[in-house]
Amino acid sequence: MNTFTAPVLSYSLLSPILIVLGGALLGVLVEAFLSRSLRPIAQLSITLGTLVLAIVQLWRIRGASSLTAAMGSVAMDGAAILLQASILIIAILGVMLTADREHFTVLAASLPGSSEESQSLTSGEQLTEIYPLTLFAVAGMLLFPVANDLITLFVALEMLSLPLYLMAGLSRRRRLLSQEAALKYFLLGAFSSAFFLFGAAFLYGYSGSLSLAGIHDSVGSSNGNNVFLLIGIAFLSVGLLFKVSAVPFHSWTPDVYQGAPTPVTAFMAAATKVAAFGAMLRIFYTAFANAYWDWRPLITVIAIITMLFGAIVAIAQRDIKRMLAYSSIAHAGFFLLGVIALNKAGLDASIFYLFVYGIATIGAFGIVTLVQDSSGEVTDLNRWAGLGKRSPFAATLFATFLLAFAGIPLTSGFIGKFSIFSAAYESGNRAVVVVGVLSSAIAAFFYIRVIVLMFFTDPIEDGTTVVIPSILTRITVVVAFVVTLFLGVFPAPLLNFISSTAHFIR
Amino acid sequence: MIKNIGWLTTLGLLPLLGALVIAALSPKSVAAAKRIAFGTTLAVAATAIAMAVKFQIDNVDFQFVEVHSWIPSFGINYAVGVDGIALVLILLSVLLAPVVVLAGWNESHGGRWSAKTFYILLLVLETMMIGVFSATDVFLFYVFFEAMLVPVYFLIGGYGTGKRSAAAVKFLIYSLFGGLLMLAAIIGLYVLSGKQGGHTFDINALSHLKMSSTTENFLFLGFFIAFAIKAPLWPFHTWLPDAAESATPGTSVLLLGVLDKVGTFGMIRYCLTLFPHATRTFTPVILVLAVISIIYGAFLAIGQTDFKRLIAFTSISHFGFITMGIFAMTTQGNSGATLYMFNHGFSTAALFLVAGWMASRRGSSKIADFGGLQRVTPMMAWAFFIAGMSSLALPGLSSFVSEFLVLVGTYTRYPVAAVVGSFGIVLASLYVLIPVQRALHGPTTPGNESLPDLNLREKFAIAPVLAVIIFLGFYPSPLLKVINPAAAHTIAQVGFTDPAPRIAQVGK
Repeated sequence: MNTFTAPVLSYSLLSPILIVLGGALLGVLVEAFLSRSLRPIAQLSITLGTLVLAIVQLWRIRGASSLTAAMGSVAMDGAAILLQASILIIAILGVMLTADREHFTVLAASLPGSSEESQSLTSGEQLTEIYPLTLFAVAGMLLFPVANDLITLFVALEMLSLPLYLMAGLSRRRRLLSQEAALKYFLLGAFSSAFFLFGAAFLYGYSGSLSLAGIHDSVGSSNGNNVFLLIGIAFLSVGLLFKVSAVPFHSWTPDVYQGAPTPVTAFMAAATKVAAFGAMLRIFYTAFANAYWDWRPLITVIAIITMLFGAIVAIAQRDIKRMLAYSSIAHAGFFLLGVIALNKAGLDASIFYLFVYGIATIGAFGIVTLVQDSSGEVTDLNRWAGLGKRSPFAATLFATFLLAFAGIPLTSGFIGKFSIFSAAYESGNRAVVVVGVLSSAIAAFFYIRVIVLMFFTDPIEDGTTVVIPSILTRITVVVAFVVTLFLGVFPAPLLNFISSTAHFIR
Repeated sequence: MIKNIGWLTTLGLLPLLGALVIAALSPKSVAAAKRIAFGTTLAVAATAIAMAVKFQIDNVDFQFVEVHSWIPSFGINYAVGVDGIALVLILLSVLLAPVVVLAGWNESHGGRWSAKTFYILLLVLETMMIGVFSATDVFLFYVFFEAMLVPVYFLIGGYGTGKRSAAAVKFLIYSLFGGLLMLAAIIGLYVLSGKQGGHTFDINALSHLKMSSTTENFLFLGFFIAFAIKAPLWPFHTWLPDAAESATPGTSVLLLGVLDKVGTFGMIRYCLTLFPHATRTFTPVILVLAVISIIYGAFLAIGQTDFKRLIAFTSISHFGFITMGIFAMTTQGNSGATLYMFNHGFSTAALFLVAGWMASRRGSSKIADFGGLQRVTPMMAWAFFIAGMSSLALPGLSSFVSEFLVLVGTYTRYPVAAVVGSFGIVLASLYVLIPVQRALHGPTTPGNESLPDLNLREKFAIAPVLAVIIFLGFYPSPLLKVINPAAAHTIAQVGFTDPAPRIAQVGK
């Protein structure tokens, strides 16, 4: 009989994740035991406090570069710290949007249209399960890019996904659409998880190891069965590409972005991208680095299709949230360039771009939550006409975020785009850079169309207004705006910090 | 950092300062906004002239150089400096700016937004125009090149007439497309420089890069297409007439007079010096495009029924001349092209401003709606006549000198292009004289009997423009002295020497 070795855990290195999990559990207790009237403020303070505490703790371990956090299952290195910090910052902004409870259903368990629902609406007392769910998702996101073996990766993937499936269904208005989105997300997500596991199994069969380093060593010695490696990479990639919404695994994105409550969409669009690309970068830069000849052509093709498809289909959208969804698909293609680059510049560029994209995305969706009529948010693009007249504040901020997405100089998006394109070019993938540039030009068209609509079209009097933002929402969008412009003009400190910190250990 | 601020940075910051002051005003104080804008542009012009006086004519290096590190991890610097060519174009920009403000005193009234916003956009645009001509770091140049689209876009779409938003979008999409191609080429340069001794965007360092001819050709095209759209050269020109028709006259002046010069300036500064071999390869093709632009623009100008579109098409023809001069690869051609840019800026400004006044008085910019203005509004008619004569390059007016230099410079190396191109002059007399005859001469047509003549403000605005046109027509050498060394230096960098005069060879 084997003797059992107790695992050695480095709690300080794991502390950011543990803090967030602890906060989530506390949130569950609060939801169960505190009186309803106190819950919203208690939950909000716990959630924000937890996230801030996690950032503080992350700052204290910033110099870490170690595989010993959890017996080689978690790699805390420079890239991990940066990605976790990005996720936490984005999560704080996302939670501040979530605090506007107007967007969430009062009682998620009630059937749409039932008497129970109308009863709960009149009682005015709202459940606040959204906060612990968010924290659970954040914990999964923190674990995903630092996971160093395939089992931990899978656990993290599920941990971040399951709360998101639920959160997508919590919308107050158009509940059927929201629930449909949640179900769709869940079914397709489960499907892609199966692919991921299948790929993990093949990789285990190929290398006899579940750790990324073990797979890397097997690829180096190349005595295994190459077919297993290829199948493994392919299926694992399907799981990852689904999460980052790359074409052809994108079909859930527009529906879920549209159906989910907008603060959830903001959080999901920004933070999931960072976590999923963080994990993808780690896997491809460490485990599969030496097999790049096998996967690079495939990922290149997917990147090209994703950029072009996202940009072209976005032109036809008539709904602002769907348009932003296709824009995020196109951006997934840009981020894939960072994976293809497979060099230090690509890693730095990806981390920078993911962060600034996340911030701008939160800001953009934050503005979407403000445009409302009597029955809730207005997402029909035509009704955004003349927004610049109604609210120069909202329209100017939104235009800035769109310009950042389009990559206009003096916005953070331009620096991100430049750095990721140059990294890909440096690695010799010139054709894909040209495609990237062309799809940026296509994408610019629909961003500009929205700007035209907001500023150059006369408003229609149909009750669409820009509501006065709550203080937290206002802080969120203004912070996102300032960061977007500031990092467009003075990106040097952050870029230096990233390039001196970012690295993967194996 | 404050004490290191040099001439060019001061020049660039002044308009921004004015914009900030205007932004602090209350939305009601329209008159104050106008005065501050005018004062600022005058101050900028004065500063620029003071700087130009200090310019050392015989020095071919960049002058008034300032370098500050901006994004060190990419090797990007805030680096500015001017040679003779850039100096002339900066002068053009800052001299036209106060004219535009004064001439279009009431232009901001028909806009979607307040007059305040109009002048803020205008001043921000002036900063960017100065920046784009003075940048010696390719990345910085690109930033200005793209960022200046934003204020122009809002100026056209917000304050123009007719289908202004469609025109603004068309302008922006064309420019962005070209700009993004250039971005790909800039990334190429960046990566190459990284492989050859460290990432840099310094124009001097980049001009020593070694690259394979395929790479060079592709990178050249990335830059050239962006500039050809900007300039604009046939077949990339279709955005210009729409934009010029919809924009306010003042915006059109800046758009055609200054912004489009960024394209031709870029050809000299970036295409020629960074890619000398590719320049040689593509010169024949580009000359063909230039000649087509000259003839095509002129023919279409003849057929126009609208003043603003007519001026836009004449500009396409003129940009053909400028491009031909640049790619003639002779000192004369190159100096002629630069002088042409300056002169075209002024003659187009005069044409657009007077056409704008005519249109705002009559409520239409159709040529057919005018007639006999010579009798009703003699001052306005004369101003238009002189501007038109300058556009067709009448000897004694400034454009003649530059057009002549371009044709002579081209003839010594590419006689066929020069000969075909010179037909443009013949067509020019048609496209200028036909509208002059219809609108200014003949009997006064109904609706024009009581048009008011130029008022004092308008006279003050147009007088300096016409004075410059006439002065440089007789005495162009102050500008040529500044331009010539830089032009000769550029030609030498590409590796061409001026052809020896034929007669002298025969005489031997």
